[in-house]
Amino acid sequence: MTDSKGNNLNLVQLGPQADSARDRFWRSLDERAGNEAYQKSLAQEFPAGRSLKNPAGLNRRDLLKLMGASAGLAGLTACTKLPPEKIVPYVRQPEEFVPGIPLFYATAMPFGGVGRGLLVESHLGRPTKVEGNPGHPGSLGGADVFGQASVLTLYDPDRSQVPYHLGHVSAWEEFIADFGNALVNERATGGAGLRILTGTITSPTLADQMKSVLSRFPSARWHQYEPCGRHNAREGARLAFGQYVNTVYRFDKADVILSLDSDVFFAEPGSLRYARDFANHRRVSGPDSSMSRLYAIESTPSITGSQADHRIPLRSSDIEAVARSVAAGLGLQAGNAAPLPKEVSADVVAAIVRDLQSHKGSSLVVVGEQQPAAVHALAHAMNHALGNTGQTVIFTEPLEASATDEIKSLKDLVSDMDSGHVHTLLILGSNPAYNAPADVPFVAALNKVDFRVHLGLYSDETADLCHWHIPEAHYLESWGDVRNYDGSVSIVQPLIAPLYGGKTLLEVLALVQGQASVSPHDMVRGYWQQQSGGRSAQPAGASFESFWETSLNNGWLEGTAPPAKQVTPSADTAAKSSAQDVQGLEVVLRPDPSVWDGSLANNAWLMELPRPFSKLTWDNTLLVSPATAARLGLQREDVVKLQIEGREVEAPVMVLPGQAANSLTLHLGYGRTRAGGVGNGVGANAYPIRTSDAPWIATGVTASKTGGKHHLVTTQNHHLIDQKSTKVEEESENAFDRGLVRVGTLADYKQRPDFAQDPPEESTEAPSMYFPYHYTQANSWGMSIDLNSCIGCNACIVACYAENNISVVGKDEVDNGRDMQWIRVDTYFRGDLDNPEAYHELMLCQHCENAPCEYVCPVGATVHSPEGLNLMVYNRCVGTRYCSNNCPYKVRRFNFKLYSDWDTPSLFPLRNPDVTVRSRGVMEKCTYCVQRIMEAKIAADRDETVIADGQIQTACQQTCPTEAIVFGNLNDPESKVSKRKAQTRDYGLLRDLNVRPRTTYLARLRNPNPEIKG
Amino acid sequence: MDPENDNRTAVVETEEVIAPGHTYASVSDRVTDMVLTWPIGIRWAAGLALALGLLFVLNLALGVVFTIGVGVWGINIPVGWGFAITNFVWWIGIGHAGTLISAFLLLMRQQWRTSINRFAEAMTIFAVACAGMFPLAHMGRPWLFYWLLPYPDTMGTWPQFRSPLVWDVFAVSTYLTVSLVFWYTGLLPDLATLRDRAKSRAVKIIYGFASLGWRGSASHWSRYEVASLLLAGLSTPLVVSVHTVVSFDFTIAIIPGWHSTIFPPYFVAGAIYSGFAMVLTLAIPLRKYYHLEDFVTMKHLDFMGKVMLATGLVVAYSYVMEAFMAFYSGNQYERYMMLNRMTGPYAVTFWTLIFCNLVGPQVLWIRKFRQSPWLLFGVSLVVQTGMWLERFVIIITGLHRDFIPSSWGMFYPTRWDYMTFLGTLGLFFTLFYLFIRVMPMIAIHELRDLVHKKQHEAKAESH
Repeated sequence: MTDSKGNNLNLVQLGPQADSARDRFWRSLDERAGNEAYQKSLAQEFPAGRSLKNPAGLNRRDLLKLMGASAGLAGLTACTKLPPEKIVPYVRQPEEFVPGIPLFYATAMPFGGVGRGLLVESHLGRPTKVEGNPGHPGSLGGADVFGQASVLTLYDPDRSQVPYHLGHVSAWEEFIADFGNALVNERATGGAGLRILTGTITSPTLADQMKSVLSRFPSARWHQYEPCGRHNAREGARLAFGQYVNTVYRFDKADVILSLDSDVFFAEPGSLRYARDFANHRRVSGPDSSMSRLYAIESTPSITGSQADHRIPLRSSDIEAVARSVAAGLGLQAGNAAPLPKEVSADVVAAIVRDLQSHKGSSLVVVGEQQPAAVHALAHAMNHALGNTGQTVIFTEPLEASATDEIKSLKDLVSDMDSGHVHTLLILGSNPAYNAPADVPFVAALNKVDFRVHLGLYSDETADLCHWHIPEAHYLESWGDVRNYDGSVSIVQPLIAPLYGGKTLLEVLALVQGQASVSPHDMVRGYWQQQSGGRSAQPAGASFESFWETSLNNGWLEGTAPPAKQVTPSADTAAKSSAQDVQGLEVVLRPDPSVWDGSLANNAWLMELPRPFSKLTWDNTLLVSPATAARLGLQREDVVKLQIEGREVEAPVMVLPGQAANSLTLHLGYGRTRAGGVGNGVGANAYPIRTSDAPWIATGVTASKTGGKHHLVTTQNHHLIDQKSTKVEEESENAFDRGLVRVGTLADYKQRPDFAQDPPEESTEAPSMYFPYHYTQANSWGMSIDLNSCIGCNACIVACYAENNISVVGKDEVDNGRDMQWIRVDTYFRGDLDNPEAYHELMLCQHCENAPCEYVCPVGATVHSPEGLNLMVYNRCVGTRYCSNNCPYKVRRFNFKLYSDWDTPSLFPLRNPDVTVRSRGVMEKCTYCVQRIMEAKIAADRDETVIADGQIQTACQQTCPTEAIVFGNLNDPESKVSKRKAQTRDYGLLRDLNVRPRTTYLARLRNPNPEIKG
Repeated sequence: MDPENDNRTAVVETEEVIAPGHTYASVSDRVTDMVLTWPIGIRWAAGLALALGLLFVLNLALGVVFTIGVGVWGINIPVGWGFAITNFVWWIGIGHAGTLISAFLLLMRQQWRTSINRFAEAMTIFAVACAGMFPLAHMGRPWLFYWLLPYPDTMGTWPQFRSPLVWDVFAVSTYLTVSLVFWYTGLLPDLATLRDRAKSRAVKIIYGFASLGWRGSASHWSRYEVASLLLAGLSTPLVVSVHTVVSFDFTIAIIPGWHSTIFPPYFVAGAIYSGFAMVLTLAIPLRKYYHLEDFVTMKHLDFMGKVMLATGLVVAYSYVMEAFMAFYSGNQYERYMMLNRMTGPYAVTFWTLIFCNLVGPQVLWIRKFRQSPWLLFGVSLVVQTGMWLERFVIIITGLHRDFIPSSWGMFYPTRWDYMTFLGTLGLFFTLFYLFIRVMPMIAIHELRDLVHKKQHEAKAESH
């Protein structure tokens, strides 16, 4: 594995190179001379914050403890401080804080530059839980793993806590002075040596500030580089329309969808909304319902692909040929198409074409970012030809404040740096030393810059190479604004004052303009006040004050969504093809479903999250199809060296059913050296093989076994594939034999609506030794999970982490089978090994009425409530684990050791005060979020009302982007959950055991095209 | 006389329950000498040192388990029970032979029990002590063990009486109490003998206290006989009930491979099987090194071999029925469980257990083998291994792949698992070494009774 030594590039080690690098800074003559004794003393003198982050000899837990101890005081003093500016509570507006009653504030999380609308729960000024904002167009109440996990990043003890100057602890004031000196020269030249590098920026206020900076320094340059940004999508639009546009899909109107290598329900800025619309459009309430049809052609199994009615695994490089073939079928001049790859027959293409053509205006072609710009352009042409523009595809002005070819932008910056034109470089919120393309020598060029400043949440790889590092404020600590997927603007409002005095980009830009003490709140508010004068953003007659408060309250600014833009692809769009190598092995690089581009690598919730399909935790792997693995003689855990044009990376193999043959997928974001105690040294860094020409798909790859092995830790499918087998392993086989996953086609369902009762569910009311209990209370809780809606995005797992104070146990303990997740996404495969159908099934406590866990507990620590809840009394538990043994669903989790972190003060405010933090030796499990139930019951008792349906949402239900989970009162026949359970698709798992589960499932339906066989 | 340095060379094997020619005095001499001899033998000391070394391992392992948590073991979700419960059931099972010999055979008036019942009973108590450690140590929060007891609590909380673990608490504590009382009652006349024969004042006083004022009067003997019979009557049902209750730990659960009505008799038979194996494991070396061939005769070995054969056949029948029912029931979970046992990742342990418990002991059909001490010794070790594996297989293969395939997992024991197990062997043998040094390992008064009966028989024949 890369960086098994875990050594960081740091100043000490770079010292000896100081002589050779003429421009390199130095601190003393000794250092300049490379004096050995000095090097030693230096290393001894500055251990804190540097050597501590060097993981050698320290395990993660110790490291967290140490970091926590040092972080503790700062965290404690700051954690109850409220932001000085006025922020507006969303749900209730009390006179004052009421202890124990949380407040909710709307805000937005910038992710890849684009906003995700959130509602954040705050307990006495401490944000503890992130939810989707139900009123936000990009969320509708759903949140994804990144949003849910962001609250842990806020309290991460490894976050950068003080400014560093040349590795010394320094202060913001010193930076102001030092930076002021640096700017003196820049003022003289109009900023000719000043460069600012950010990620993708959509924030109007920030763009305004940037404009102002650039007008003050006319020769300065602003560069943007988002490592996992939408480069190809952007260029594809320019190719088709001659200008940058933003594309918004309307899945609620799309009846036939062709997805080309796209993970549109997970990886796009609008994914949450798309997933919701898609699920709603496929939601089946009875045999009369209709469903859309999704075709997915992709190289790597994605959650979008798992929803497809027809999924074709295909090398990413081959997808263009299929797309051109489809386009030709639609009557477009689709250029010189390469011959169809053998995996796709002409019949299938013809069937897809017919299906698309018969749904003009209600079909949709979506393309993933991984595909070259030409394919994006081709999709625009196809959507245009199908009359989808304005129907299922809507174009708006680009989200980016200054849309640009970001890869080129970074290249320009690096060439400027290399030629010595850059004297002052501000790297704001980016980590290019880690994630710049391999052929862009960022690190080498960086050393030629005289004055380099890094603003970041972490003292990361880039910070290490800069003179100054300034801690960045987390978005939950910041004022700002950001555009959402549809172009509307959300205000980022802080929930808490910066824990470590972090600064926002706005503050740094203000400083560039010489304003040292301007508040970001005033900047954002001022910008919009100014805008409201000129724009119709504000309803007539209303004061700005009320507009502002309404906007904060709602979470987005009314009237900022740009109107649909009329664009037409140029006539030759379809003919523009990219020159793709269609032979041999390819390596597909993708943002990781957990740590994304690597910026989230220190988030333990995400690290421990089982990745979709592979169920891998704490690692990334080279995903290889079973056929290719057999051909190359690769087995799971073999370390493989990938070589591409002299660049190489080593990564362990995971054989994954559904991966396309000859396509190897490696997720970005790992192999960090300065991520923090959680993320350092985890996995293989894929950036060294990522080039600016081929940021996503690299061809001409040779893969060779190194002979090494790297242990991979998964939570399921421990031995997914038997090498010799041609079938998916017995785990999955058994799942279908046992009726755990029940699947039918829409056509079957219409003919036989009760197919899910097959085999007939026996003994739902079988005799029991105990007297029957009739749940006659006003409430009787139950849950229904619609497998037809669940896309397997993992958001529920992270939501559960945050809501229920669930511990992270680390790689070794996951390997021991001790992960603590209360809810899990089981994935079962069916069919052909190389192209199986994949089914997700949420598994959590089923709250059995005849609960097998209850009668075996010797101390009565798990008991039943009159409202049908299976309760866990932590205080009473002595830890015999008998309940878990006897649980047929194995959903109970045991604190085999002290997993809760009781020592890191910065993590204390993260915890939900309504949920016990469990100690060692105690069993725990899903409670249906009993704290939320009790809260609602107390309120109902107090107000003498009844609990309305939908008033109580479990954390998993609330975050679910597709509303797959419904919780409610079974004694109310009108409740959503009762109605769902009344459907004929409803079935319970293992009902033949007479455990009478309260959680039941709605069978999955597929809507395959009858013209396509097999 | 130091029995270990006794230079008798000719060992006369006998088919009787006691070698001919013994008198009251000779049996008393032989047994009390083993205790009252000074200095201690080097081999005994070496054995004790080894056992103490293992006991230290136990201390270390339990120290770690109590400090860090049961997470140091290999257990996980789904396999919540591992070595700890395996060891518990194994040790409890071993204990059964002692009770069977001392109580059940007493009621059956089997004379051959006489010379083995004392150390077999001691074995029971020590085995139960070892067994008792595991339910305690395996708890997540062992300091709260008393919550399993029905004590008056101001909160009004009680144990949850539907749980077999609560039944276990009663069954095992009753078993330990009754066994201890029965054992000690039986010891009284012999402790008095030791008191009377001790040459040192201090030893006299210690044994005097221990013998609770036994004077050997007729009324003492009469009450002793009644008490023995009553305690035997109390103990006998325990032979059956304790392991039945232990088997409930599994049968009450709904896990395939556990949920089975055949378990109670099967467990009881298995317990006696492994218990007799342990008696043989102890008796054969004792007999050799303390030259007890006169008392623990070929007849004893032969009988014990037969008991093992019989109980082994019951166990074999249970295995066959278990497999048969798994398929005959048509229940897919049971069927899968059995297939997984035979062919899954733990197949090696399953087939080893089949060899140890079913195949190996069949040599006991042959009288010559039953009367070959070292072969018997080997068989007894094989059976104990097999019985340990049986519990391991039941627990692990039941749990590691049950109903929901996504939660399937594996159990890999850690060094702490092994150390805890080896540690209890240390505890057992430490106690046993101390026992054979300070207590009469054969019931002297019962031997005298036997001598009396034999002399009586001989007289009757000569008339």
